[in-house]
Amino acid sequence: MSFFVELWSFFRDRQKFWLLPIFVVLVVFGGLVVLSQGSAVAPFLYPLF
Amino acid sequence: MSYILGLSAFYHDSAAALLKDGALVAAAQEERFTRKKHDAGFPACAIRSVLEAEGITLADVDHVAFYDKPFLKFERLLETYVATAPKGFASFRVAMPIWLKEKLFLKRLLKTQLCEIDPDFAEDRLLFSEHHISHAASAYYPSPCDEAVVLTVDGVGEWATTTLGIGCGASLEIKKEIHFPHSLGLLYSAFTHYTGFRVNSGEYKVMGLAPYGTPRFKDLILDKVVDLKSDGSFRLDQRYFDYATGLTMTNGAFADLFGEPLREPDKDPLTQFHMDVAASVQAVTEEAMLRLCRAAAEEYQIPNLCMAGGVALNCVANGKILRDGAFQNIWVQPAAGDAGGAVGAAYAAWHQELDQPRAPEGGDRMHGSYLGPLHETDEIAAMLDDLGAVYERMSQDDMITEAASALADGLAVGWFQGRMEFGPRALGGRSILGDPRSETMQKTLNLKVKYRESFRPFAPSVLREDVSDWFDLESDSPYMLIVADVGKRHWREMTDDEQALFGIDKLNVARSSIPAITHVDYSARVQTVHQDTNPLYHRLISEFKKRTGCPVVVNTSFNVRGEPIVGSPEDAFRCFMGTELDVLAIGNLILRKPAQDPSLKEDYTQKYELD
Repeated sequence: MSFFVELWSFFRDRQKFWLLPIFVVLVVFGGLVVLSQGSAVAPFLYPLF
Repeated sequence: MSYILGLSAFYHDSAAALLKDGALVAAAQEERFTRKKHDAGFPACAIRSVLEAEGITLADVDHVAFYDKPFLKFERLLETYVATAPKGFASFRVAMPIWLKEKLFLKRLLKTQLCEIDPDFAEDRLLFSEHHISHAASAYYPSPCDEAVVLTVDGVGEWATTTLGIGCGASLEIKKEIHFPHSLGLLYSAFTHYTGFRVNSGEYKVMGLAPYGTPRFKDLILDKVVDLKSDGSFRLDQRYFDYATGLTMTNGAFADLFGEPLREPDKDPLTQFHMDVAASVQAVTEEAMLRLCRAAAEEYQIPNLCMAGGVALNCVANGKILRDGAFQNIWVQPAAGDAGGAVGAAYAAWHQELDQPRAPEGGDRMHGSYLGPLHETDEIAAMLDDLGAVYERMSQDDMITEAASALADGLAVGWFQGRMEFGPRALGGRSILGDPRSETMQKTLNLKVKYRESFRPFAPSVLREDVSDWFDLESDSPYMLIVADVGKRHWREMTDDEQALFGIDKLNVARSSIPAITHVDYSARVQTVHQDTNPLYHRLISEFKKRTGCPVVVNTSFNVRGEPIVGSPEDAFRCFMGTELDVLAIGNLILRKPAQDPSLKEDYTQKYELD
């Protein structure tokens, strides 16, 4: 939880709220990349690419 | 008593540094303990070492300061990917897993690792400093200057690649920054990659190769690749680079521009072309650094310059800045690369976060960079006994006499004395020494002891009081970060045939009365040895001078190619036995090669990879 608090204060301090949606999309996309790397989830993710 | 522990980790050159009431008391690099060159892991061994040096535990440390800010770096990555999408997908695919699994949660990772050392470690003792603030702090706070222009130049931190700041008393303020992807460090690394050396470690080879070439591509680089302004600010044309979006430094357009493909180190030999390319990027780097310094000197009218960041390890450029005279005094952080960020983060926490004053006229606060572990003779003897080494134990005076006499006889001597150096250079604590007057010493050390490329020059250690008799240098250079010419009266006149030689053939010609340390352009990377910071080394060179009239010795790091500098007496003995070193002077013990059991020899030549 403290991670998200810090992340929020980071965006606030840097005045970079415009990065937030990009951050979310990239993290989701990046998360898929992570999960697709040699894990059991990988075959189910291929259609998404 | 207040302690601050500075850390750098997770990128390259992990290290730990300890401040006690604002004074640097210990620092060490993780690679020296783990034996992995440029080890980027959490510096657990280095932390234990610096705490042990001071006789404390992590519980006694008030704050732990980390040397950069991961969120800010992630912001740079995201913005770069957004700006270059979809081009950066290959890089994104490699970077994201590392960031999402580890780097984004660096605070938690640090806490977990620190809790392994002290289970009660609380997160609120963690502080973070920006990468270039850490570099700037490492350049200014330990320097002898009470006021200075502070220049940091490296590859990239969070956003900044070059910063210009002013240090005055305890304050340090960054005035100007150049941001990624425009980076002198990355430009140099791109050419390092192009000439077939490893990025982040082979840059000094490019610098060593440069004097063999002519800078015939300098104008081309300045015309097409680097837009260099009169104040030293610059922009790199990203059409030639791949580092912002891809997984390599340069692209096909870069190779097309210079007319030859990327050199593959395993199959392509080094040619005059690569030497000319090296000379050209070196010339461009020097030009940029000189312009940055001249403009800063003009604008701020402060006579002192402090530098850090990887590019500040370019001692050829540093020598030119010194001789250019824009600044009267130059001080370069000896651990100018990321390891020094640990020192800077700790200092930044003390002076900026905790608002503590800085003592004026405190002198050089790096203590000659002898900040690492110390091994006493009894401890060394016990370790060597376990290894089956044969040694002679003697008084310190006799040990110095024996080592000096071996040097005068032309033998290669391993020198393991006092506290280990912090930073990439061996400064007479963990060094291999030789006689600089010998015409064969350079080749012998390169091929039989260091197992490295024959073009690589060696550096001299000279008594501070004799430096201007032997080199065109009047000032201190305790950290081997200034290149100066060998004094003209020591030059040897070349024959016409010798003058006509090109490239590496030049190296075999003795160019001065101290050929082992004289590069092909008569330059040398000088270390001045000071009585107050390393009295033992000073005595050794004085003894060598008494015998030979020469106050200079060859000083190269105690390791073979690709190996971290030896950390423990065991490492020293292993390196001694694995190479053709003749004598090892370790504590008050002398080991001679013929006296050792030959079965203890191990094949060292293939143990470490080339950079």
